[in-house]
This record gives sequence, structure tokens and C-alpha cells, in this order.
Amino acid sequence: MIKIKDHNELFCQPDYQEQFGRKKEFERPWPEEKVREISEWTKTPEYRELNFKRENIKINPAKACQPLGAVFCASGFDGCMPFVQGAQGCVAYFRSHLSRHFKEPFAAISTSMTEDAAVFGGLNNMIEGMENTYALYKPKMIAVSTTCMAEVIGDDLNAYIKTAREKGVIPEDLPVPFAHTPSFVGSHIVGYDNMLKGILKTLSEGRKGETNGKVNIIPGFDTYTGNYHELKRLMGLMGAAYTLLADVSDAFDSPNTGEYKLYPGGTPLPDAMDAVNAVGTISLQRYSTAKTMDYIQKEWGHQKTAVRSMIGIKNTDSFFEELSRLTGRPIPAAIETERGRAVDAMVDSHPYVHGKRFALVGDPDQLLGMMSLIMEMGGEPVHIVCTNGDKHFESEAKELLASSPFGAGGTVYIGKDMWHMRSLLFTEPVDILIGNSYAKFLTRDTGTPLIRIGFPLFDRHHLHRQPIIGYQGVINLVSLLVNTVLDELDRKTIDTTSFDVIR
Amino acid sequence: MSTAIKETQKMIEEVLDAYPEKSKKDRAKHLAANDPSGQCSTCQVKSNIKSRPGVMTVRGCAYAGAKGVVWGPVKDQITVSHGPIGCGQYSWWSRRNYYNGQTGIDTFGTMHITTDFQEKNIVYGGDKGLDAALHELKELFPLAKGIGILSECPVGLIGDDIEAVSKRVAKEFKFPIVPVRCEGFRGVSQSLGHHIANDTIKDYVLGKGELETSTPYDVALIGDYNIGGDAWASRKILEEMGLRVISQYTGDATLNEIAIATKAKLNLIHCYRSMNYICRHMEEEYGIPWMEFNFFGPTKTYDSIRKIAARFDTTIQEKAEAVIAKYKPLMDEIVEQYRAKLEGKKVMLYVGGLRPRHTIGAYEDLGMEVVASGYEFGHSDDYKRTYPELKEGAVVMDDATLYELEEFTRRLKPDMVGSGIKEKYSYHKLGVPFRQMHSWDYSGPYHGFDGFPVFARDMDMTVNSPTWDLIRRKK
Repeated sequence: MIKIKDHNELFCQPDYQEQFGRKKEFERPWPEEKVREISEWTKTPEYRELNFKRENIKINPAKACQPLGAVFCASGFDGCMPFVQGAQGCVAYFRSHLSRHFKEPFAAISTSMTEDAAVFGGLNNMIEGMENTYALYKPKMIAVSTTCMAEVIGDDLNAYIKTAREKGVIPEDLPVPFAHTPSFVGSHIVGYDNMLKGILKTLSEGRKGETNGKVNIIPGFDTYTGNYHELKRLMGLMGAAYTLLADVSDAFDSPNTGEYKLYPGGTPLPDAMDAVNAVGTISLQRYSTAKTMDYIQKEWGHQKTAVRSMIGIKNTDSFFEELSRLTGRPIPAAIETERGRAVDAMVDSHPYVHGKRFALVGDPDQLLGMMSLIMEMGGEPVHIVCTNGDKHFESEAKELLASSPFGAGGTVYIGKDMWHMRSLLFTEPVDILIGNSYAKFLTRDTGTPLIRIGFPLFDRHHLHRQPIIGYQGVINLVSLLVNTVLDELDRKTIDTTSFDVIR
Repeated sequence: MSTAIKETQKMIEEVLDAYPEKSKKDRAKHLAANDPSGQCSTCQVKSNIKSRPGVMTVRGCAYAGAKGVVWGPVKDQITVSHGPIGCGQYSWWSRRNYYNGQTGIDTFGTMHITTDFQEKNIVYGGDKGLDAALHELKELFPLAKGIGILSECPVGLIGDDIEAVSKRVAKEFKFPIVPVRCEGFRGVSQSLGHHIANDTIKDYVLGKGELETSTPYDVALIGDYNIGGDAWASRKILEEMGLRVISQYTGDATLNEIAIATKAKLNLIHCYRSMNYICRHMEEEYGIPWMEFNFFGPTKTYDSIRKIAARFDTTIQEKAEAVIAKYKPLMDEIVEQYRAKLEGKKVMLYVGGLRPRHTIGAYEDLGMEVVASGYEFGHSDDYKRTYPELKEGAVVMDDATLYELEEFTRRLKPDMVGSGIKEKYSYHKLGVPFRQMHSWDYSGPYHGFDGFPVFARDMDMTVNSPTWDLIRRKK
């Protein structure tokens, strides 16, 4: 057998290294000295100041655009085809992006608008798109969102959908919720929110009636399929009747049966239609469901709940307290036991996390959850970078930091990106960085070890299958935190006497 | 008409039956049974036409072609995704255009840099913000050699004048600032983006570089984006042949390399689709001849080496033979190692650029047969080059949809499928061995003599993975 070298080894070989040297003659690179000088300069407080002054350019931002969140949300309803009015490249990107994270197929439709639609509007694209979608992919619901193009030219979705029905290209009773999701407003979490609101509004219209005794749970823009499975298990333990809105776990975690199912499951439409009659609605994320919860409180008359997140002990406690209050069911002993185990894990591991400094980058809700858990362990959130965080998030995050002595050294940066984070890590180093796969470039530059939590996670497999919510989620996260610290300790002490075997 | 062609045509008609009338009529023109002679009129597909709305095309947009393919890999310029946040986010380092350099200091390949349009930019225009953004970038990245401005949809729709901003600021910075009008709604696919990007190379960079010495053996390697190091593997062969590769378009390229291509004696083009435009321009304006070649699989590689050498003197021709002689034993050994495990396996391809035709020979070297092949964004000249490479009756697909791909798979029962990330996991669910053939499934290189062993290993692990047998299928 011949030993085959792929790119991981091949280009380290002398023949390629020599080739790279020869190529420089044509490249005309800067002198090495100059590159070193600038490289060192980018690590300085002076560079940080310059970096933080910029207002017109984002460099390595941690956010995606509205329609991505919208198609993600739409895929959480049984038989629903996400349908995007606009230019077709966007949908190709959403599909690729979600598939790279979940390692799962993701179907979504584009109406493939081009120059002529820019001039005449996208009505014809919508009508033909609906006709083809219904004929080829036989959806039970079509959830329409938009790209920048349709928004800039001002396509009237409501009127277009009505026309499509009048022309008979889709059945009269096919639900077609819609949401305007311009990419130049908000981010993927806002798109999720707008689409969810649109879907719930369409499905619940005229269905207010007797209470069904169930509780609605909205996970939010949550890309951990493990969280959905965990939630279902916990609701089973609680013995509470519930509806998950929207349940994306089937779409992004379907079993391999040798069959490709376009619609592998999701929230059943009748359940979603009846959600208006639930005893209450709990959202596990505030910033990805703000408008939806506002709508539910105003139109469905459901009360606001105190739940912020299900990440960490206190957040999970508050979830079960609210759930118990809403359903009138006591928290069962089994859940109390799980809590005890999670706390036990935290007590056991605290010496390696206590006083450790953390930098975090990600979506608002996940950041709040992680900050909370880290402080519960005695860790210190130091740099909190939230590209898509707004003023509300900023004040909530500051309040959270102020609530614990371990938050005293923390600063919240909204609208900033991972290039800002680079400056922060060079000028005020931390022990651990938490972020998505793209944060690995920060690890390369600054040497800060990375724990991959968030979205997207492209370069590691199956992380999204491990729940990070509830008490079991706490154990998973604590295990990630403490073992990353220990891996790093091993790496640092490998040539010293401190290379301990018991820790 | 042969039986093979008739049978395939019948199958295509059955698949088309599910479409509404208008789309059926349209899609029928894009699917055909192959006639290797290219003579049979119904056997030729229509291409480079708008996708039907709602059919789930696999295609992307002009921005993807211009930013993702052509300009993105140029390493010492800053590539700005100009417009809202998404486009740059989703195309962020997804094509693995490897490069050497210190990212964020003298090279910028793995970075996502965007003007992140907000509603105010739509209402009041984005030119002022762009001007300021360019200044901020210049301050933060003093070693950048230029800046490319890759327009997203809204920029074209609101009527911004990015050319004026570019011109003004380029004068001030004394380096190229390249406005690329690759808004996603332009054209019908990635293809127009390639063309637009080629045009901007011509208008803003070409001919403006420095090269001190020239030799009769100077060539430019065009249409190789160095995915997983492909261009480096190809360059290695060309250098061993005695040629001097003065320029790589655009994998691992610097702006200077792009500029000095006009000094080449011969342009060698791998991906014809995305870069034929610049080759034609250099032929017309600078009298530089160009030729297509194929470095996938030993048979095509030997053939291409000889054809390239034939354009030079005996020194090069002798070296070319020596290169072939040097690598042939290793290639034979690789074929021997893998052919037994892959012989007779049927392959279905649905990709872009050059792959639907260029990789056929590599599969054949391993004893495999390509039974269907198609392009996301090919033109008729691509298909003309493809017909002779495929067997009679093979399925030729243009701009195939998710529905069609699944239906053809059911009917043709290929042993493996090579396509993109959007297709990959539906094939995994179907239990059909699959290889992502846009970015080599994070492997590579696949070009040249260093690439073929990796290609062979990867196809073997795809087809012969024991995991496929674990799937418990419903009876």
C-alpha cells in the first residue's frame, strides 16, 4: 500500500516549500521585516484604539441575515416548505450554510428573481414559484420570506399571495404565512422572530376557543438539535402537555433509513393552529422571539414569563418554576435529582474554572446563558462581543454582570466583531474563548484556546447534538469548560513536573 | 437513434411528468440523452437560461461567481462584500482557496469584510459609507495592495455609484480599488459573475505589474483556484516540465501576479468556464495564445503534458517525457491499488465549472463510468466539450433541480454521486455514496500527480465505506 499524502501533509514537504519560495519572485510580497513589524503593531493598545474607532466596516462579524433565520424557523413546521421571494443566490447560501452546520439536507425554494423582476416586480416569479413548488414538492404549508432584492423593490407579499390563490396555482386552504425579512435590518435572530410571528398569526387566526391545557414552548433560534430532544424528555418527566414552536429537530436530525424525506417532521400544523388556546407560552430566548412574544401577549392574552434561557442552573430553575406555575404540576423528583447531579459536577470541577477569564462571542440569548453559567462556576466573563446585540441586550448583559462579583471585570460590546475581539484578546488576554467555528482564527492569532459553542459550527462534528440546556446541558457544558482548561494545562505543562495524572 | 439514447429519453420524459406544463416544456430543453458525436439535434441541451422559480435550482448568483470564485482567492487585496451582512457570511472561506501569507497582515483570504448595510444605507445610499470604510481599511491594514468592492443586490437597485468612489479613493491611496458590479440579481447564475470579475481584472489590474526578467518558457496558470492546494500540485508539474509559471489565476495569487500575466508566452487554462474571457482578451490585445488542459487523472494529465510541451521546443518536450516517465510507475501503482475496488462502479456528477467533464477521465482511470453529468451554470461551449467525453445515452443535465436529481438517482442507481454541499446530505439519507466535488469534501488536492492518489483514496472511501451497509432500509 502506498502512503497517500493529502493537503494536510503534502504542502509541508520540501519540494512544495521550495516552490512557495520560487513563487515569491512573481508575488512581490512585502519584506518579511515589514510584515513582522505590522503584525506586532496590530497587537498593541494603539491598534486597538484605531480598531475600535471604525464605524463603517465590519471585519469577521458574528451574525447572519434575516432570511436565514426565517427559513430555519419555517423548517420547524410539519410539511412546510420555506419559500424565499428574491434573487436565487441567497437561497443557495442558506441551504449551504445550514447543511454545513448540521450535516443534514435542507430544502428551500427561491423564486429566482433577476433583472426583469427588478424592473417589473416579482409577481410572476411568485405565481410560477408557487405553482412549481406545489406540483413538485407537495407542501402542507408554504412559508414566504424575502431577500434584500424583493424588499428594496417593494414586493407586496400579501397581494402577491392573494393573486396566486386567485389564479388557482395553490389550493384555497393551503396556509401561506409570510414575513418581510430584509437583510439590511437586524440579523438572523430577527428573521426567525418575524417568520415565527407570521406563521403563528396565519395559523391561529380565528381559532381562539377553549383552553387546551397545554403550554407552548418556543426554543428560539436554537441550533442545538440535542436541546430539542432534551426539552421533550424533560417535558415527559414533568408530565405536562405542550407544543414546541417551532420544532426543527426532525428537519435537522432525521434518522438514516435509506430514504430522503423532504419533510421529516416538525411541529404538526393542527398543534400550531391550536397554540393560541394554550395556558401560556414560554420562550427560551428573548432576543430571537421579541416580536413573537409581544404578539402572543397582546393577541393571545398569554402572560409574560420570567424565563430568560435554559442555560445554567438558575435559568433552568426559573424555567421549571414557571412551567410548574403555568401547568399546576409539581417539579418531579427525577428533575430535582438531575439538578443535584449538575450541581455536584460544578462543585467538583470548580477549582479549574474559578477565577478563569473568559471571552465570549455569539448571539445575545446564548451569551446571556453562558455568562450566567460561567459566573455560577466562579468564572469571569471579561469580553462579551455581540455583533447583533442591541441596547436592550447591552443593558440586560450589564445587569447580569452586576448581579455577581464574578461579573465585575466584564465589558459588553454590542455591534462589534471578531476583529475587535482580536484586539481585546491581545491587549487584555483571557484564559478561554467561547465562540463559533470562525473564532478559530482568533485562536490561531492569539493562542487563546477555543470552546466551540454557538452557530455556525462547521469544523467539528455533532457538537450540536449534545444538549446545552437544562441540568443535563449544564453537565455537558461544565465538562467542556473544565476539560478545555485541563487540555490547555496539559499542553502548557507537558515538559514540567506539573504534568499531573490526577486532577 | 440508438436504443441507449431512446431509453434515456423515455426516462427523462417520465421524470418531467411531475412538472406543471410551462416548466415541463422549459425543463425538457435542459435534459438530454448523450450523443457523443453531438450531432443529434434533440440530444443537445439548452443552457445559460433563467432558472424557473420554485423548482429548487442548485444555482447561486453573480456575487458567488465574482466574489466566491474569481476575486475572493486573490490574497493581498482586501475583498469587501459591499451590502448587507449575509452574502459575505455565507461565502466566508467556504471554497478553501489555500494561500501562503499572514492573514490580517499581508494577506486577507480567510476574512469576512463587509459594509453591513443598514436601512439608512438603502434610503440615503451607501457611497459615503463606502468611502469612509475604504479609509478605515487602509488605516487598519496598511500592507493591503488593493481593495475589491463586490456589490450585493441592494447596491445596484438603489443606484449607488461605486465606480466614482473607487476612482477617487484609488487615486488617493495609489493602489487599485476595483468596483465589481456583481449584484446577485444580474444574469442567471454564478456565470455572469465570473465574466464581470474577468472584465474588472482587465480594466483595473491587467498589465500593471512588475516582472524583471522574461524567458521563452513563461506561462500563466489560469482558472485554478487552488482548492485544497490544486494549483500548487499543477504548478509542480509545469515547473518540472521546465516552464516558468509567472502567474496563478487566482488561487494563491497576488495582484502583481494577476497584472503580469500579459507577459506570459502561453496561457494555460484549467477552468474554461470561469476564465475564458480573460484568455480571449489577452489573445486579442496582447497576442498571447491560450490552451485548455486537464490535470485530473493520469491519462488526461499525460495527454495534457504532451499537448502543452508541443507548444514549446524540444528541451521542454524532453523534460515532459521525463516527467511522465518519473510519475507513471507511481500512477500505475495507485491505479492497481484502487481499480479492483472501483471497477465498473457507476458515477453521477452534477457540479459546476470544469468538473462535469474534466473529472470523467480520472474516474475512468479507476475503471468507473460516468452515467450522468451536468452543470449548474454551463454554457453551450461547455456541453460541446462534454458530449464526446460521455458514453452514448448518458444523461446530460443542465441546471438540474433537487427533484430531478433524486428521480435520476432512483432510476440510474449510481454507485456514487459527486455534487455539492446542498446535495450531499440528501444522498447520505438515501444511502447513496456521495462526494462533495466543489471543495473536494475538505480533502485534496485532486490535480496532477500529487492529486490523483488523493482522488483515488477518496473515491474508494466513499464507495466502499462500511457505513452504507449499516443502513436498515424499509422493505
